[in-house]
Amino acid sequence: MSAPAIDVRDVTVHYGDVVALDGATLRLGAGAVCGLIGMNGSGKSTLMKSIMGLVRPDEGQVLVDGRPPSKARRSGAISYVPQSEDVDWAFPVSVRDVVMMGRYGHQGFTRRPRAADRAAVAEALDRVELADLADRQIGALSGGQRKRAFVARGIAQGASILLLDEPFAGVDKRSEATISALLGELAAEGRTVLVSTHDLHALPELCTEAVLLLRRVLLHSTPAEVLEPANLAMAFGLDVLGRGRATA
Amino acid sequence: MLELLLEPLSYTFMVRALLVTTTAAVVCGVISCWLVLIGWSLMGDAVSHAVLPGVVLAYIAGVPFAIGAFVFGLLAVVLIGTVRDTSRVKEDAAIGVVFTTLFALGLVLISVTPSQTDLNHILFGNVLGVSRSDVVQVLVIGAIALTLLLLKRRDLMLYAFDKTQAHAVGLSPRRLGALLLGLLALTTVVALQAVGVVLVVAMLITPGATAYLLTDRFSRMLILAPALSGLSAVMGIYVSYYADASSGGMVVLTQGALFALVYLLAPRHGLLAARAGRTLRSRQRRAARA
Repeated sequence: MSAPAIDVRDVTVHYGDVVALDGATLRLGAGAVCGLIGMNGSGKSTLMKSIMGLVRPDEGQVLVDGRPPSKARRSGAISYVPQSEDVDWAFPVSVRDVVMMGRYGHQGFTRRPRAADRAAVAEALDRVELADLADRQIGALSGGQRKRAFVARGIAQGASILLLDEPFAGVDKRSEATISALLGELAAEGRTVLVSTHDLHALPELCTEAVLLLRRVLLHSTPAEVLEPANLAMAFGLDVLGRGRATA
Repeated sequence: MLELLLEPLSYTFMVRALLVTTTAAVVCGVISCWLVLIGWSLMGDAVSHAVLPGVVLAYIAGVPFAIGAFVFGLLAVVLIGTVRDTSRVKEDAAIGVVFTTLFALGLVLISVTPSQTDLNHILFGNVLGVSRSDVVQVLVIGAIALTLLLLKRRDLMLYAFDKTQAHAVGLSPRRLGALLLGLLALTTVVALQAVGVVLVVAMLITPGATAYLLTDRFSRMLILAPALSGLSAVMGIYVSYYADASSGGMVVLTQGALFALVYLLAPRHGLLAARAGRTLRSRQRRAARA
């Protein structure tokens, strides 16, 4: 049996005195689209950062395709779509430039694009239907198009793991459906997709599985089960009777 | 006309001044693209001021002053990072405290150092008095900084745009940041010959800011900024020759004037174009409603 695509084992992360993750465990296989649900401060971003190796766990271990994140990164396996507010949309780069940034790991010392890089970028742009807008400045795109540009960067990179942090914030419903369908296709090709989202209504359409996070994984199941009110109550701290915290 | 341009070139000191200032302007123009986009203008200000004690100490010790400047530029960066990371003081305050203290140390050192040459020239530049060895030093350091910046331009662009992606594709954002700061210190060394410690920061910011208003392509910014910066340098030196005015001051003034022009008139991001665009859009909206 091959190793899981994402294997987070009992990971604990502190920022000073603040506990961001406390013994989080998560296993995702290839082809999964997993929704990551939790309130602000529940550790969603920290979980993604630890998968990327940006945050080193104080305890526990993260493996990506059976390797430590640093090795997986070097082979270009991991791609990340940042939250909108973390991107400088006025930066003087075109959509094509952004997608080309996915190719850096395949390029030489000066990152001079070769024919293979240009071809991969063109293909990725076609894939997300942004070929016509490739020469626009990145900020001149709509919210949904911007997200697709960053997904295209992951495709051009040849990443087997896509991490998306709140990709649907500020994106209209139609674009959201387009992105959901695209993520589904990418997963069907054997990639693994982890999406943090606040949009619970769209969860069943978007995901094959879902995770409730509150510093640790409370529940990892089907979207339908995760969406049951009693389960959501656990993750969002509405559990006035004190039940359920042991069910994880 | 031609005579006006050629006459100053009959003086060695003018040729050297043009060479040093233009080299400094071009290198500063290139690095300013990243400083402006990352938001490191204050860092440029800090490093360029903090080199002062290094220059004075190098003078006292009799070593090339580039070495002293480089060491203190890096020292400033390290101190700023340390204060920011180990106290509750925010970065801008850490920068403010560290660089002013180092600058003051430089002023005190100047005041107590007996010297035949006027150390105040370090403060305000004395490009008309540069020696042959100064010219060589500027050309060599400038070439090193420029080469590294251009070879690593795509990595540094990714660093400026998206550090997380830089990390995700296996680059080290820490190392890229350190590289850029190191090159900032080197560039400062080059530029302070031309315009002096006090005005280096203008050379480190204005060209990038001007180019940013003119284009939406980073690759074009990297051509426009040094071109505009070099042009300002040449114009500034000539004007200062005929007006018998401070050459460093005139170069920076020219850059500022060019920025003002572009700020007003740039095709898309200039003030007038942005106004016109807004008026047009609101007119279209009114027409659509009607």
